[in-house]
Amino acid sequence: MKGDRTLIILGAVLLALVGAGPLLPQWAMFIVTIAIAKGLVALALMLQLRAGLVSFGQALYYCIGAYTAGSLGRFFGISDMLLQMITGAAVAAFVAFILGFLLARYRGIFYGLLSLALSMILYGLLVKSEALGSTDGINILPSTVFGIRPDQGSVRHVVLIVGCAVAFLATLLVNRYLGTPLGQLAAAIKDNEIRVEYMGASVREAIHVKYVIAAALSGIGGALAATTVGHIDPDMAYWTTSGEFIFITILAGTRSVVAPFLGAMIFGIIHTVAFDISPNTWQMTLGIALLLVIVFLPEGLWSLFGRRKAA
Amino acid sequence: MAVVLDARDLNKRFGAVTAATNVNAAIEQDSVVGLIGTNGAGKTTFINMITGYIKPDTGSIHYQGRDITALSPREVTRIGICRSFQIPQLYSSLTVFENMMVGLGVVLRNAGLGGFFSRGAPNVPGYDAPAEAVAERILQRFGLSDYRNKNAQVLPGGVRKLLDIALTMVAKPTILLLDEPTSGVSAEEKFGMMEMVMTAVKAEGATVLFVEHDMEVVSRFAQRVLAFYDGRIIADAAPEIALTDPEVKRYVVGGELHRMDEQQGAANA
Amino acid sequence: MEQILTVIVDGIIYSAWLFVAAVGLTLIYGVMKIVNLTHGSFYALGAYAAASFTGAWIARGYPPMLSYAVLLASAAIITLVFAPLIERGILRFMYAKDEVVIMLITYALFLILEDTIKLIWGVDPYFIAEPYGLLGSFEVGEMTYPTYNLILVGIAVVAGGGLTLLLQGTRVGKLLRTVIHDPEVSRAMGINVDRFYLITFTFGSFLAALGGAFTAPTVSVVPGLGVEIIVLSFAVIVIGGMGSLPGAALGALIVGLVRSAAIHYAPAVELFVIYFVMALVLAFRPRGLFSLAEPRKI
Repeated sequence: MKGDRTLIILGAVLLALVGAGPLLPQWAMFIVTIAIAKGLVALALMLQLRAGLVSFGQALYYCIGAYTAGSLGRFFGISDMLLQMITGAAVAAFVAFILGFLLARYRGIFYGLLSLALSMILYGLLVKSEALGSTDGINILPSTVFGIRPDQGSVRHVVLIVGCAVAFLATLLVNRYLGTPLGQLAAAIKDNEIRVEYMGASVREAIHVKYVIAAALSGIGGALAATTVGHIDPDMAYWTTSGEFIFITILAGTRSVVAPFLGAMIFGIIHTVAFDISPNTWQMTLGIALLLVIVFLPEGLWSLFGRRKAA
Repeated sequence: MAVVLDARDLNKRFGAVTAATNVNAAIEQDSVVGLIGTNGAGKTTFINMITGYIKPDTGSIHYQGRDITALSPREVTRIGICRSFQIPQLYSSLTVFENMMVGLGVVLRNAGLGGFFSRGAPNVPGYDAPAEAVAERILQRFGLSDYRNKNAQVLPGGVRKLLDIALTMVAKPTILLLDEPTSGVSAEEKFGMMEMVMTAVKAEGATVLFVEHDMEVVSRFAQRVLAFYDGRIIADAAPEIALTDPEVKRYVVGGELHRMDEQQGAANA
Repeated sequence: MEQILTVIVDGIIYSAWLFVAAVGLTLIYGVMKIVNLTHGSFYALGAYAAASFTGAWIARGYPPMLSYAVLLASAAIITLVFAPLIERGILRFMYAKDEVVIMLITYALFLILEDTIKLIWGVDPYFIAEPYGLLGSFEVGEMTYPTYNLILVGIAVVAGGGLTLLLQGTRVGKLLRTVIHDPEVSRAMGINVDRFYLITFTFGSFLAALGGAFTAPTVSVVPGLGVEIIVLSFAVIVIGGMGSLPGAALGALIVGLVRSAAIHYAPAVELFVIYFVMALVLAFRPRGLFSLAEPRKI
């Protein structure tokens, strides 16, 4: 299966990153780790996109993951990275399980708008919440891994390693899922829902499952991002954050589970460079880039690496 | 023969339009039944009610003794009643082979096989072979092997129809409902196609109901004919009897059979 | 009783503002079947243009009472500069694409316009308070309201009434309804659908700019003004039914009153409650309260 080969590549790249860690400057490790965190969310979007659904509010679960991680630290004194990520994923999945009963009934722009509304609801709640720091947000406790607190100099590297490991594992699992009958149903759902039902499968169920998996992935990404940045605030649920994820996913395309990470990396680089050159035109750059990708590379960057089959 | 599908007193109205009035039909196992009638006579409504797409206002449908009136299309498919469509419903971005594999995947999953935690390639229930082998087998039966790797959306009309019907076979149905299987297919090809479909279908043992407008196809392949008009069944008999029934000739067949009669008459003269 | 009156008056004023802000969006959706995110940009452009032109107007000592006309003119001018450019220059090549893709394209355009605004006007806030204070105030019970707010209500009524009249009463309106129903058939009948799209997009954007222009005197005009408007407008038209004019009015009224109630009785949920109502409507009446859009649902 082609996926396996790309996974080996992903594994190799991550391993290289991990090994090169100590040699990379701090800011580079920061960018890479954030790229991995956002890549996970883009992977979540891709999962839904394959079924023809665009979530305009994926930041909802990204933010839930981040705030779960932050809350664990602030209110329970738990600073273990892995625990934060797992709990973030679990809380996100739980919320998605409930909301999925509603969302799985919609398609197209309504799915998009409803997901957007839900993320903005969280934003509104967080902004008004004094306990959670309102617009200032809260700072994250310095991370620990298995009880050990890395020192200042190597904490970025440790976060990178743990992030890579978790992301790789998650991608592996997602890839396997995509090989199962339910996973392969995405393209069918996108093409012809009626036929899917008449084959004996429940479209709503399939979408619900994908929605929950996507939420869990986003929750992990959010927790990782929170740890890396060291701070969380309501903007993580704002719709422009969701927009960034959408951009990464469109850039990456839906062909491969590795593509979202590549897209996130490129996004990270564009973001850093654009901000350096001219902070006031970052959104314009993003907008132009998005337009160009939509018009000229509708299948995403991955299509540059060869087409799977003729149309 | 045992009655496998029993429709009792079905009635359905859509606002001012009566789509079904006291429709009764007991279908025997392994039989081949032709459904005829002009457009709007109620044939597709009948099929839609059986498959659960619409619910009758009154009346019930029983399958193997069980009341299935309230089931959804998905549930109806899962218990063994599958249908094909007038306009082929395919997965246009997937290849012919992939179309089949999606269907077989669903069948596996419904049987609890081939999921996230499974290993190896399990056998498809009813076929005793792994999914890929079953897909090849069905494609071959329908003469679609040459189109295996072509995208569904580039297929010519008749091939799309065949794929649509082939897809219904993945769940090894007990009852097959074919909605105008030869529509859109040229006159010369109709018989050949129907022959292939029937052979393929009967090889796996199924009861078949097919909607058809071509009376020659009906008389050739159906053992029994249900003629619909204005939501009612106006004839229920073997083709020779049903197709020459005066009411059927008047409301369904129209001029066509007159010509056949004349030809017959001329031939006999 | 006093409080309820306040809630209602506040609610109506807010509803009027929401209606003007949202009606352009529903018009564009109804006719062109696209979800137009540049809507927020035009709102912001209207506000900034109003700030600049009106500021200059007042600074030069021209009659302040005419500043209201300047607000109107600013909205018109800025729309005429940008709308045809966007529609003819970019959008018209995209109509064949999937509706979600078009939404993404307008999102990209929105991002571009946000920074364009920053480049033209900078990031410092603009204030033009004069038109706001000029008309004095009026009293309802014990509460005092600036009379200016009535202008907004007035505009809402005129816009709503005018559009309804246009659609139902004029020949142009009939043609427009044909185009709404079926662009292909309309084209086949010889209607210049492209021209209708251009006009609709421009007019719809003008309405957004108008909303922004008349809001400018009441707030400090800063970057990011357009962002919240988009989500609020969507909430309004989803509740009322996408593509429906009376729907936009009803949606605006509902959101306005609900928000007003929230502010007075439970301020903590103010932001939350609007989106909550939208989610609720989508859950139980996905077509909105009057609607043209068919939500794709199994």
